[in-house]
Amino acid sequence: MTTAVSFQNVSRHFGSVRAVDEVSLDIAEGEFFAMLGPSGSGKTTCLRLIAGFEQPTSGHIEIFGATAEGVPPYRRNVNTVFQDYALFPHMTVLDNVGYGLMVKGVAKAQRDAKAEDALALVALPGFGQRRPSQLSGGQRQRVALARALVNEPKVLLLDEPLGALDLKLREQMQVELKALQRNLGITFVFVTHDQGEALSMADRVAIFNQGLIVQVGTPEDIYERPQTRFVADFVGSSNVLPPAFTKAAGGPERWASLRPEKIMLLRGSMSSPHKEMNARVTVKAVHYQGASTRLNTVTADGTAINVTAPSSLGKFAEGEELTLHWPASALHIMESEG
Amino acid sequence: MRSDGTRPAPMFLKLAAFGGLLFLHVPLLLIFLYAFTTEEKSYQFPPPGLTLKWFSVVWGRQDIWDAMWLSVKVASIATLIALVLGTCAAAAVSRARFFGRDYLSLLFILPIALPGIITGISLRSAFSMMDIPFSTWTIVLGHATFCIVVVYNNALARFRRTSGSMIEASMDLGADGFQTFRHVVLPQIGSALLAGGMLAFALSFDEVIVTTFTAGQQSTLPIWMLNELIRPRQRPVTNVVAIFVVAVTFIPILAAYYLTREGEHTGGAGK
Repeated sequence: MTTAVSFQNVSRHFGSVRAVDEVSLDIAEGEFFAMLGPSGSGKTTCLRLIAGFEQPTSGHIEIFGATAEGVPPYRRNVNTVFQDYALFPHMTVLDNVGYGLMVKGVAKAQRDAKAEDALALVALPGFGQRRPSQLSGGQRQRVALARALVNEPKVLLLDEPLGALDLKLREQMQVELKALQRNLGITFVFVTHDQGEALSMADRVAIFNQGLIVQVGTPEDIYERPQTRFVADFVGSSNVLPPAFTKAAGGPERWASLRPEKIMLLRGSMSSPHKEMNARVTVKAVHYQGASTRLNTVTADGTAINVTAPSSLGKFAEGEELTLHWPASALHIMESEG
Repeated sequence: MRSDGTRPAPMFLKLAAFGGLLFLHVPLLLIFLYAFTTEEKSYQFPPPGLTLKWFSVVWGRQDIWDAMWLSVKVASIATLIALVLGTCAAAAVSRARFFGRDYLSLLFILPIALPGIITGISLRSAFSMMDIPFSTWTIVLGHATFCIVVVYNNALARFRRTSGSMIEASMDLGADGFQTFRHVVLPQIGSALLAGGMLAFALSFDEVIVTTFTAGQQSTLPIWMLNELIRPRQRPVTNVVAIFVVAVTFIPILAAYYLTREGEHTGGAGK
């Protein structure tokens, strides 16, 4: 498989700030790759390094085998969908979409035809004569997508493209983007701070923290087998359990992660089940979420454990005593600390 | 208190507003009126008779044509210089982050806050210290100091409203620096530049104080008028020229006002 984008020990420093620090990464051709992390973790800077808006302080970047350092954005076969869409307000939608072809000198009739095709691809046929200001947020997003895709990029970069949309539209666009990527076979590099988005859309996810990639893997890898406490906590807000607790519960003396939805609970003073790991806890806070209820509980030695309980179990009260239990397989022992 | 537009304003406020308008505009109307008077030595009211002859007198006076041509030339060149330098300065201040940026911005705006007489004296002593003879170009330089400010202010306001990612988007889509400027930046700031340019032209066209210090022997149109007032004969000629100056300065300012208003509208709608 061809490597679309390759980072080799790439750093980007702004003064004393290490925005990207010694990152090595290979993104395969045709892959839907998500960069996930909190704001300021370096994921957007990585995207801008691929687009050419930033140059690495050190290290080496290759795009389809060609050195990328020193190549300006307008000579890279890479296009970006910007977070704020960055549509040109003084042009019609058709001229916006055809812009990349226009600056390359494609004749008007041909670029208009291609722009119409691109608009049809993002389900906006016949919107060409409107102005960006006459479109809704979701429609602008599609125009931005069409404007990038019309250039037939080898890599499409998406910088939090769904961040400005409401929940319903976001879920719909997630499905559409995924389908589009499958049909076109273009490499997508997608930056987001929304773990749900990354897990549901991406083939592989890289987790960023403080300029470093802390883990790369499939969504299942990242979710089921987080390698560090940061990943466990950031992706799906797992319970991060200290070594002493893990040992007391019957595991090795190591940091471990335990997903809230994998914990079962017994109410009151019922005896704990055999062969399962268990812990006695007190409910600290109750967050009703409709289908489920999220409980913040704490053990006698002060370890906080969050539990997701089906709402069918009834109402919970603060201060209630519970017994938590889970299969040993649910406890994931982490490889490294940090 | 919120104005809901239904209650009429108090009577004294109406009178005050009306009085203010009269105070501002009656002298202007008198200037227009005396351009048509038959009496050439003094402005007596009412004018003894009305005539159009002063317009033909103005048409035939070479000194007026010279002064007007000089004024147009100076205003055009000063505006052109202001457009180039003002846009560059606004682009730098709005995009880049560098040490002393805010102080630099203040220094750009300072010439318009500075009394013209200070600008005039300082330029005059600078020119004489550097042994630069007074010419059309010294007038242009003097005018450019305050023309840059209006262009700079207009361009800066527009740059700040323009999304920075638009320039990146253009580059991303394959446009080099020149294409990006031509297709994205210029259309964004175009109306602001036109407005700034027109204001600069109008400012330069009726400037007296700085010109007095930097003109040497030449007369721009306002300077010519000032000299003409002292003479006893053919007074209405000055009034005819005044009508012309009002037209030349008022029309661009009005146009600039409408252009920037429209620009604000589209700028807001793009978000």
